[in-house]
Amino acid sequence: MSKTKTGVQKESFGKKLFNNALYLILLVILIVIVAINPKFLSVSNIINILKQASTKGIMSLGVAGIIVLAGTDLSAGRILGLCAAVSASLLQSVTFASRYYPSITTPMPLIWPFLLCIAIAVAISAFNGFGMAKLHMHPFIVTLGTQLIAYGLCCIYIENQPSGSTQALSSLDSRYVNLATGSFNVFGLEIPYLVVIFLVLAFVTWIVWNKTRFGKNMFAVGGNTEAAEVSGVSVTGTIMGVFIFAGILYGIASFLEGARIQSVGTSTGINYELDAIAGCVIGGVSFNGGIGTVPGVVIGSIILQAINYGLYFLGVNSYLQYIIRGALIIVAVAIDVRKYVVKK
Amino acid sequence: MLDIEKQFPGVKALDHAQLKLKPGTIHALMGENGAGKSTLMKCLFGIYKKDAGIIRMDGKEINFEDPRKALDHGVAMVHQELNQVLHRSVMENIWLGRFPLKYGLIDHKKMYDDTKAIFDDLEIKVDPKCIIGTLAVSQRQMLEIAKAVSYHARILVLDEPTSSLTSDEVEHLFRIMRRLCENGVGIIYISHKIDEIKTISDEVTIMRDGHWISTDPTANLSTDDIIRNMVNRDMSQRFPSKDNNPEGVLMSVSHLTGKHMPTCQDVSFELRKGEVLGVAGLVGSRRTELLSTIYGIMERESGEIELNGKKISNRSSRQSIKNKFAMLTEERRATGIFPYGSILFNTIISNLPAYEKGILLSDKKMGGDTQWSIDSLSIKTPSQKTLIKNLSGGNQQKVILGRWLLTQPDVLLLDEPTRGIDVGAKYEIYELILRLAKEGKGIMMVSSEMPELIGICDRILVMSNGHMAGIVERGKDFGGIEGEQETIMRLAAKYV
Repeated sequence: MSKTKTGVQKESFGKKLFNNALYLILLVILIVIVAINPKFLSVSNIINILKQASTKGIMSLGVAGIIVLAGTDLSAGRILGLCAAVSASLLQSVTFASRYYPSITTPMPLIWPFLLCIAIAVAISAFNGFGMAKLHMHPFIVTLGTQLIAYGLCCIYIENQPSGSTQALSSLDSRYVNLATGSFNVFGLEIPYLVVIFLVLAFVTWIVWNKTRFGKNMFAVGGNTEAAEVSGVSVTGTIMGVFIFAGILYGIASFLEGARIQSVGTSTGINYELDAIAGCVIGGVSFNGGIGTVPGVVIGSIILQAINYGLYFLGVNSYLQYIIRGALIIVAVAIDVRKYVVKK
Repeated sequence: MLDIEKQFPGVKALDHAQLKLKPGTIHALMGENGAGKSTLMKCLFGIYKKDAGIIRMDGKEINFEDPRKALDHGVAMVHQELNQVLHRSVMENIWLGRFPLKYGLIDHKKMYDDTKAIFDDLEIKVDPKCIIGTLAVSQRQMLEIAKAVSYHARILVLDEPTSSLTSDEVEHLFRIMRRLCENGVGIIYISHKIDEIKTISDEVTIMRDGHWISTDPTANLSTDDIIRNMVNRDMSQRFPSKDNNPEGVLMSVSHLTGKHMPTCQDVSFELRKGEVLGVAGLVGSRRTELLSTIYGIMERESGEIELNGKKISNRSSRQSIKNKFAMLTEERRATGIFPYGSILFNTIISNLPAYEKGILLSDKKMGGDTQWSIDSLSIKTPSQKTLIKNLSGGNQQKVILGRWLLTQPDVLLLDEPTRGIDVGAKYEIYELILRLAKEGKGIMMVSSEMPELIGICDRILVMSNGHMAGIVERGKDFGGIEGEQETIMRLAAKYV
């Protein structure tokens, strides 16, 4: 390794290449997809990818903060499912005969279900935070527990429809659905609301991470909890804050996801957390804690979704898709860990 | 071992170091902290890879890739730090990695019998089935030695094995060492204790700043010779001249007792404005615990702390920082730096409220303060964005000191501020400490390096087994006075 006068190691070209190996691999995968079917690069496909990446991306922004704390969140997907079910049930069209709440006869303002989604998600996520901060449980365990609890609640809720139906909640209010299907027309290009909301939230998250005391504290706690404690950072408060912030993002994501898929069943949200975590890891958020950037998370989420969509677009066997995605996560983490291994 | 070299980021730890060990002899390896003794031994044992040099055993070149290989070839080492699986039994710890097997399963009976046999042989009275975490540190230390013996090693390295042993136990250890020697084992014995070395060793090799200095038969060396070779620097050159002027009480601590053992017991003292108060004591004398209890990161059971005559509670680090305290922790890597944070991040993290404009932080103010810290502490870094892990130990330490200067503390609690940094950087840190004292701040400084305490402190508080054994004063008990270290050492052993 070469050395500068100050004794600081300079990165060699090989090391730089290695540190960006993941992006190169993903780029190759995308090029292969395009090479096999050039139609993949159509505007409608790209818009679709971005739309799909949006809700999961918003979720990734929340999960990313928890991973920066050297934690993880397995409950995010099921929280999303539960909240989406609640908002869908409240926002079925009032003309639909077997709606969840027959007593609702006039359309409800969208803001109430929206706030309810956030409230539920924040409550569960704050509980996760409490488990990590106060009970000193590993977040893997706490969120594994709340994952099951949220899933159970979601199933009970959906299967308890007054009409006796246990079907997915559908026939949603057109104003609600429009949130996901609508778009801004910018110079003839249809930019979906979802994508705009995603980017706005990403910007807000970037501000919070980089420009506020809370954000600095988050990196401090994730980078070295004990040093943070000595430095006067409130470790408990910071952990709680990160989980609550994540809860808000989950709430927003769930509200939008309900509108996007237009039919919320017991399987909604399942394994979303894995995509969210994978998006973070691909985007360079380290499981060791204390490292990660918002642009990384955004790009990671979009790339992951592009590959998912690309494989689907090419008609790759869906089980094979699982294998490819699994391999991708392993490669991502393997490269990430190599960067931080201390050489003796 | 010939011409061994080893480079760590920012420090050349070994530079043409060498050592020759004859079978059946005890070879003492001496040097100050940071002289490279442990590093040299870790190169032999395969924990570090040497950058250059040759190691020969029985005339054949060897180069162990890992400790496993070293053990297989008859080289065993007892480390300074205890590496034990605390929740498992004594015998499992001893046979870890080489459990006796029977039909593919672990043969517990053989394991027990073998352990018992070794213990009987070495006169160690510990039940092999005992959980190791329940034993005293000195007993655990003896077990490490027993473990090394169990490898039937031909070369045994003991890295400061007596630091936590009582004099009876040291005698016991020496009996074991002499017996091993009679069986042809060569022992490399690292210690700071000159008396012990003169009692037990046949030859002495002295290292300084990573270099080999001398190898002589012990009989030809006097204590003065050893010290001269180890230090070879005039005290007056190693430390900046003191020009601070302590006056008036800044902080008074009375009957301070921590809540959770191990902790400090009933400690009372006063810290004056502009004073550097050293804290001396043996390993395990709870010096760190004393500072941590004052700083509030360890819970207080009873006792009072007054700052400028006002009672303060210091129940958490946040309160302490508000009360103008700062604490530099002993283990820089574990509890000091945020390794993947930039210099800027590491500098401003304790002082965030000062940079808030509304809810957002001002980049300009943070950058300005970081630059001030880099300039005034002459931190060598290419930029504020450099990750702190890429700096040398001394510069990392300066960054953390800078972090605390920004909070403008009145009381600085420094725990081993010069540990693991090279001589030049040490001098700069001494200068800084004295500069702060001159500005009227009160400084408490824990150190295991006696010359350092004697070199820059006004008074030295001596801890012994959690209790305060006494306070010695410059000009009265130390500072150019014959036998100064002995006074402190005697106090340090008071409650052991």
